[in-house]
Amino acid sequence: MSDHPFALAAPRGAVSQAPSGPEYIVDRGFRALAWFAAALILVLVAYIVWKIGGQAMPAIRDYHLDFLTGSSWNVQEKRFGILPAIWGTLYSSLLALTLGGFFGLTVAIFLTQGFLPARLAFLFRLIVEMLAAIPSVVFGLWGIFVVIPAIRPAANWLNETLGFIPFFGTSLSGPGLLPAAIVLAIMVLPTVAAISQDALNAVPYRTKEAAFGMGATKWEVILKVMVPTAAGGIFSAMVLGFGRALGETMALAMLIGNSNQLTLSLFAPAETLAALLASHFPEAGPVEVEALMYAALVLLAITLLVNIAGIGLLTITQRKISGKA
Amino acid sequence: MGASRRTMIVAAAVGMAVAVAPAAGLAQQSATGSSGPAVAGAGATFPAPLYERWIAAYKAERGAAVTYQSVGSGEGVKRFLAGTVDFGASDEVLSAADAAKVPGGAVAVPVTAGMIVLAYNLPGLGGALKLPRDVYVGIFAGTVTRWDDPRIKAANPDLKLPPRDIALVTRRDSSGTTAAFTRHLAAADPAWRSAGLVAGKMVSWPGRAMLAAGNEGVAARIKMSEGSIGYVEYGFAKRLGLPVAALQNRSGSVVAPSAEAAQLALSARSGQTGELEASVVDPTAANAYPIVSYSWLFLYREPRDAAKGRAARDFVAWGLGQQGQALARELGYVPLTADIVSLGRDALGALSQ
Repeated sequence: MSDHPFALAAPRGAVSQAPSGPEYIVDRGFRALAWFAAALILVLVAYIVWKIGGQAMPAIRDYHLDFLTGSSWNVQEKRFGILPAIWGTLYSSLLALTLGGFFGLTVAIFLTQGFLPARLAFLFRLIVEMLAAIPSVVFGLWGIFVVIPAIRPAANWLNETLGFIPFFGTSLSGPGLLPAAIVLAIMVLPTVAAISQDALNAVPYRTKEAAFGMGATKWEVILKVMVPTAAGGIFSAMVLGFGRALGETMALAMLIGNSNQLTLSLFAPAETLAALLASHFPEAGPVEVEALMYAALVLLAITLLVNIAGIGLLTITQRKISGKA
Repeated sequence: MGASRRTMIVAAAVGMAVAVAPAAGLAQQSATGSSGPAVAGAGATFPAPLYERWIAAYKAERGAAVTYQSVGSGEGVKRFLAGTVDFGASDEVLSAADAAKVPGGAVAVPVTAGMIVLAYNLPGLGGALKLPRDVYVGIFAGTVTRWDDPRIKAANPDLKLPPRDIALVTRRDSSGTTAAFTRHLAAADPAWRSAGLVAGKMVSWPGRAMLAAGNEGVAARIKMSEGSIGYVEYGFAKRLGLPVAALQNRSGSVVAPSAEAAQLALSARSGQTGELEASVVDPTAANAYPIVSYSWLFLYREPRDAAKGRAARDFVAWGLGQQGQALARELGYVPLTADIVSLGRDALGALSQ
């Protein structure tokens, strides 16, 4: 072998050489490729928005903002309003996030804070993440055949005894907001759990040790040190989960009940924007397609707003936490 | 439970498939019959199970291939007018305005009739539901909203009516079944019009109503929703084992759906195909089932492809014949009376050869 210790890693004469022709080309080529791929994504998004916006233009001109505040969808009379769908989208997603967020965070704490041996925790994590691989239509069928019959007796009991509370104002017949929200919660759970786990794992071990060193109990460490320190990441997990819930289509089209009404009742059928699009598009004539495109644009805008608000809140909370430190 | 659960799964799956598969008819079969060109039709979901049986029997007998896409009456008329099918199908006769849009003209042939039934899902009811005229109109107009409504209780003193909301299931798509049903509701009780509703293929149902696509979609939704009621063609309710309500007719008797009761409704008719529809809106016969609708097939007077036009006409003539009508009875449709069949034959005879 050579006397030089790095002989293998650096072939003779290659260390201080200027980039050769081929290396130069590879570098430039890769740079161009990266730029191209990044630009392509932006162009694609812009193209989708432009295309949908273009098709929605006649409806936007005809209905203006009445479209957002109207509550009837009548093709024959050409009256379109999506307030019930907007309400249903936000209501079901918020319910789902409350449920899914709570359980997702709990799972993340359970799997990262030393409750389980590392191998078992890894296995659990895999199982939770496998939830994300279940097709939406399977969740929908499961909702119809398992969730609805399971919650119906309790829901109807609540309606009979506490029916004066608007949330329990109607009886649960089958598809409705609550079954949809429960299934949706399970669908956002893997997203929330995975990102929250990453956030908790990213907290330096020394922080935890320091807290223990000051005499904090295990729960004080988790709830007063770990979770607040990881709050930024956990929060972005919630925002991503909410985004997923807003756009979920198939399971909701099967479970929400497709009913064009504004309701507070958890047991009443409702409608969401994505379900509206999926169920009306196949049979839509030209005028209805324009209205549906307008609805699609609104859904895009809502998703965008939620993400922007999420990023905004995230930076604020992070600044607060690091400011305190 | 096992069997009923399985049908429920199938029903839900079918309902979903119909709801989701683009009506553009992805299921266009490659039809290569041994004799004659493949004839394609599309339209009403109401008679679709019957047409599928006809197609199978017709193929076995004559070896001729026919395809039918169950896409809803509204879409059926649309495709017929656009000329993308060889025959169209609807539960509502072709309007004069629409017929005028077809170059060379079109004929509408009544080929079968069916009952529109109110199917419901009320476990533990302990008997068959009876609904007076003002009540079933009120339910769909949104003025009767509870199963324990005193008017429903009064008509069904022996039944255990649950203290629950009535979950309405109605059609979302443009539908001939809806048109026939709402024509009857409008004629049966003033509550329909006073609720600001009109008759038509699409209706502004009360906001609480769950919307489903196609007769099969409505039937599947009723099956999975306790406390629900909706309107479907009789055969769809029968296939899913859904109970159906007995309805009060114009002369005041409460009649459960049956082929005999429906034929009584058809027997009062006037002499022209165009007037057939109006004649069954609210039948007057004493024991007639009140909500009956004809189902129509539309043919071009001057088909673009003469051979296909002939093949389509032959198929329709076969359906009007004895075998076709016998199959209708078997599947829960109402066989046409002899004079209406002859009316249909006259219409076919008027086609250019």
